[in-house]
Amino acid sequence: MTTTERPAAEQRRHHVERTGRPGAGVFNPRQLLVSFPDALRKLGPRHQLRNPVMFVVWAGSVLSTVLAIGDPDVFTILVTGWLWCTVLFANLAEAVAEGRGKAQAETLRRTRKETTARRLRADGTEEHVPGAELRAGDRVVVEAGQVIPGDGEVVEGIATVDESAITGESAPVIRESGGDFSSVTGGTTVLSDRIVVRITTKPGESFVDRMIALVEGARRQKTPNEIALTILLATLTIIFLLAVVALQPVARYAGSVQPVIVLTALLVCLIPTTIGALLSAIGIAGMDRLVRRNVLATSGRAVEAAGDVSTLLLDKTGTITFGNRRATELIPVDGTAMATLREAARLASIADTTPEGRSVLDLCGGPVEVAEPHEFVPFTARSRMSGVDIGDRHLRKGAASAFAATEESRRVVDEIAAGGGTPLVVAENERVLGVIRLSDVVKPAMKERFAELRAMGIRTVMITGDNPLTAKAIAEESGVDDYLAEARPEDKMALIRREQEGGRLVAMTGDGTNDAPALAQSDVGVAMNSGTMAAKEAGNMVDLDSDPTKLIEIVEIGKQLLITRGALTTFSVANDLAKYFAILPAMFAGIFPQLDKLNVMGLHSPASAITSAVVFNALVIVGLIPLALRGVRYRPATATALLRRNLLVYGVGGVVTPFAGIWLIDLVVRLIPGM
Amino acid sequence: MSSTVAGLVQVGVLLVVLAAVYKPLGDYMARVFTDRGHLAVERVIYRLGRVDAESQQRWPVYAAGVLGFSFVSVVLLYLVQRLQPFLPFDFGRGAVGSGIAFNTAISFVTNTNWQSYVPEVVMGHSVQMLGLTVQNFVSAGAGLAVAIALVRGFTRSRTDWLGNFWVDLTRGIVRILLPMSFVFAIVLIALGVVQSLRSGVDVTNPDGSASTIALAPAASQEAIKELGTNGGGIFSANSAHPFENPNGWTNLVEIFLIMVIPVCLTRTFGTLVGNRRQGYALLSAMGVLWTGMLAVIWWAEAHPNGPAALLAGSAMEGKETRFGIPGSALFADATTGTSTGAVNSMHDSYTGLGGGGTMLNMLFGEMTPGGVGTGLYSILVTAIIAVFLAGLMVGRTPEYLGKKLGRREVTAAAVAILSMPTLVLLGAGIAIMLPGTPGYLANSGSHGWSEVLYAYTSASNNNGSAFAGITVTSPWFQSSLGICMLLGRLIPILAVLCLAGSLAAQKKVPATAGTLPTHGPLFSSLLTGTVVLVAALTFIPALALGPIAEALA
Repeated sequence: MTTTERPAAEQRRHHVERTGRPGAGVFNPRQLLVSFPDALRKLGPRHQLRNPVMFVVWAGSVLSTVLAIGDPDVFTILVTGWLWCTVLFANLAEAVAEGRGKAQAETLRRTRKETTARRLRADGTEEHVPGAELRAGDRVVVEAGQVIPGDGEVVEGIATVDESAITGESAPVIRESGGDFSSVTGGTTVLSDRIVVRITTKPGESFVDRMIALVEGARRQKTPNEIALTILLATLTIIFLLAVVALQPVARYAGSVQPVIVLTALLVCLIPTTIGALLSAIGIAGMDRLVRRNVLATSGRAVEAAGDVSTLLLDKTGTITFGNRRATELIPVDGTAMATLREAARLASIADTTPEGRSVLDLCGGPVEVAEPHEFVPFTARSRMSGVDIGDRHLRKGAASAFAATEESRRVVDEIAAGGGTPLVVAENERVLGVIRLSDVVKPAMKERFAELRAMGIRTVMITGDNPLTAKAIAEESGVDDYLAEARPEDKMALIRREQEGGRLVAMTGDGTNDAPALAQSDVGVAMNSGTMAAKEAGNMVDLDSDPTKLIEIVEIGKQLLITRGALTTFSVANDLAKYFAILPAMFAGIFPQLDKLNVMGLHSPASAITSAVVFNALVIVGLIPLALRGVRYRPATATALLRRNLLVYGVGGVVTPFAGIWLIDLVVRLIPGM
Repeated sequence: MSSTVAGLVQVGVLLVVLAAVYKPLGDYMARVFTDRGHLAVERVIYRLGRVDAESQQRWPVYAAGVLGFSFVSVVLLYLVQRLQPFLPFDFGRGAVGSGIAFNTAISFVTNTNWQSYVPEVVMGHSVQMLGLTVQNFVSAGAGLAVAIALVRGFTRSRTDWLGNFWVDLTRGIVRILLPMSFVFAIVLIALGVVQSLRSGVDVTNPDGSASTIALAPAASQEAIKELGTNGGGIFSANSAHPFENPNGWTNLVEIFLIMVIPVCLTRTFGTLVGNRRQGYALLSAMGVLWTGMLAVIWWAEAHPNGPAALLAGSAMEGKETRFGIPGSALFADATTGTSTGAVNSMHDSYTGLGGGGTMLNMLFGEMTPGGVGTGLYSILVTAIIAVFLAGLMVGRTPEYLGKKLGRREVTAAAVAILSMPTLVLLGAGIAIMLPGTPGYLANSGSHGWSEVLYAYTSASNNNGSAFAGITVTSPWFQSSLGICMLLGRLIPILAVLCLAGSLAAQKKVPATAGTLPTHGPLFSSLLTGTVVLVAALTFIPALALGPIAEALA
């Protein structure tokens, strides 16, 4: 397990972002206009066949067009026109969702400029080849100012790389051969030095290519849940088809044969067109929300799985605590004055450039230079201490075991260790003055975050290399549900297997090569972009910002996707009640005048009632496009609370809305001559 | 005491008695299907049938067992009817006609008990006892077995084994249906139900003319007729006949028998899945719908809208005065809310709304509380559909009782849900188109359509009650209704067993705070809403032209 580098600027950006819930992606009505040509192109039967619900609408539209040509009257033409609009609006929803992805893909594509690669021959000489001709296993040289021609691993050298094209983050990162920072991405630029990169992916399959394909929705496959939902929607469609088909013989028996156009209108109004039209847009938009957060998923299946996750494995360092331990307390011993200890600690740390050393200076305050003539003593593995000599004052700071401890200092040292901290002893001329407590600092608001997750039914497990005592202390402070101390990769693997054995879905982040097996085993494995290629290949998502906290957001995005699907399906089915009340009296009040009592909306005439229902059915699709793209509002809560709220909004709302909508549309439609 | 108060007291007594037996009977049934030992009589049956009682079956084998058993049962029952002249107690009634024999064989094997014949004229006691009564037991036992197999799908994990159909069938009959029928047959005899092997008694009427009053072993058949939610009467007038259902007490006992197993099975379910509240959730959805429909039917019959009925003050046409409106409405609600189909009043004579209520009760898909076993598996299939939608709305891919609802599960549930509406709408739609049909109907207009719709609804739901106004002895009706009964029974059974197989193969996902809770009032209302919505959306057009048009007239 390694610590990921996170420049200060990036941390700030995330702090701001994290306060916002998934959602974002503002919808601009202009996108509807822009996507219109694409929507027209999707009118062909082959495209429609992919969606059983919309195919029925399409077939109904074709049928009524034939009828309208044979017997053109205002009502038939109007209904036919709106049936086509229904199909068109469904296409529009998909086109808008894809269009948003395309816009992102365009920015990405710009990074994929034609590059010339300097390929190394077997004998070590260079040849210049187009980047597109590189194959996996080729070795290329990249020097300062040049663009890395493809995804690969640094096999020689060290360089600073500007990855802003991919991550949007301007601070350069260091990439070096060996270790966990060896992977580089095609399209990024080397800023300094020279590296040799072994290409690991074929052209067209690089990271950027995959990302483009995903955001464009080009290689979109239906996810398991989407397939199951489609089956359910097809079932409903068949039921309504039967209900409408069986109506004609009864109508004939009753002496009121119904025009085919009316039956077609009834069928289209009843089948779940709202969700049928928006289903693929919801899926594309879900993926899009991830990409907007700089997370790249290899499949839609992974996004769905994220919603189901019930155990989160979180690395302590960088996720739960800030990356480094910080000095949090000075404890003088054996009667030393606090001021003396503070002064000694400050002087002994001036030469210490490690983050721990800086944190001691932060704690002690005062100048960061030594006024008198002095000589710094660097840290060596043998002495296990560092410090400064000022005249005959030998000030030292180091591990407790490097000093001859007094009784009180030993007690303090043990106490700090027991509390999960790391003790550093400060001494002057081998006399112990006091102890510095270094401890992990838990990021703010983690406790609340974990409580939220618990309410959502997600168990959090902290993974750390610390000893159990330290781990326990931090686990308690941060409010995490469980912890795995002194974790080796195989322990992590065993933990994942154990959780999965019990039927739980596990999500984790990782960046090192030794994380790869665990990333592959977990249900949602998010690899850090700063990590090794092996880690990235093993996981099913990559976080381009290399921010392990994002795991929590990914889970929320997955849930939001599923909720949006369920909510719109419920809304769609609940709509049908009002449509029956609009259409059935219109069809049969002629022979059974008593059925006019069902015309509770007081619709003007049979023709206007049917037209209004069809118009509402089409318009509601357009009205819900923004919701489908944005996703329904999601707040972490228990399942019961979520269900109650969504049933109320989309179930009850779905019953009520069309009554008002159809009534309003009828007020306009009745003005059309011939209605 | 007014009739309404008496009715309310009857409902109260019924609910109290059901509540009293709920726990013991429910838990007893759970023990029956989890017990490792075998009774001596069961061992004999297994040895005779060459059944290895310890072996387990995969779902296709279990399904093959149900199908094979049903097929053999149909053939045997057909032969018994056709060979009646060679059997004792035939009273010279002769071989049953092939059309009636075919229809009746399917009808009794599928637990429908639709009767297109007049029993006391067509069937002798041997056919009744050897043929029909046997099927009354085994068809209920088969339904029970399928329900238990589905429950095992939820309780077991990572296995192909669903239990053994032959063992489940035998235990259901030997340990549940037979002993209860025996006890209640005696109770019914004590309360005045006829039990006789004579063909009838000759009487001289007050006006001096002579006539024969048919007799039959009614009490023994009556008990299983109601307990197994069968409904096939030994007399044509069914439970309206004074020899089958002589008084208010027998009426109440019969209603209790109709309800008791389907109701208590929800407890069995809760006990088997290890969470009783899961069973209560199903029960309360059933209870709300059953009570609601009772109120509708009762109110409708007490507030008739026809001129003759208005004059009489209530809709007493087709009802027995010894039961009155409440006793009839209660029986009608119980018999259509379960797949029983026995009647103590003629549903054809009900008001538009009341008759429509009995029809809607069946169109819910026979799950309020449904037939023996069939009610439980039907409501579980509906629960799966409800959970699928609601599960998405809590932000997880849906799961029910720890099992994920994916493609296979939804497909199986969809097939089970689709079969009944398909059969009802296509069957009734084709029937009303046939030029000869109006000739078979007692009424024209919307009531005529109601009669046709009721017939196909009753057959496809394996209910078996009849809107008596329709004559169903024509070859078209005999065969199409027969097919509706057969497919309406077997397609859902196949789908349910396939569902059970795919559920059992899954591992169990532990419940967390993020899991959709499938107990408690919220889920119960969701389930109730789903049952109503699915039925309403499917059948509103068909009902609008029949019962709704009548009711609003």
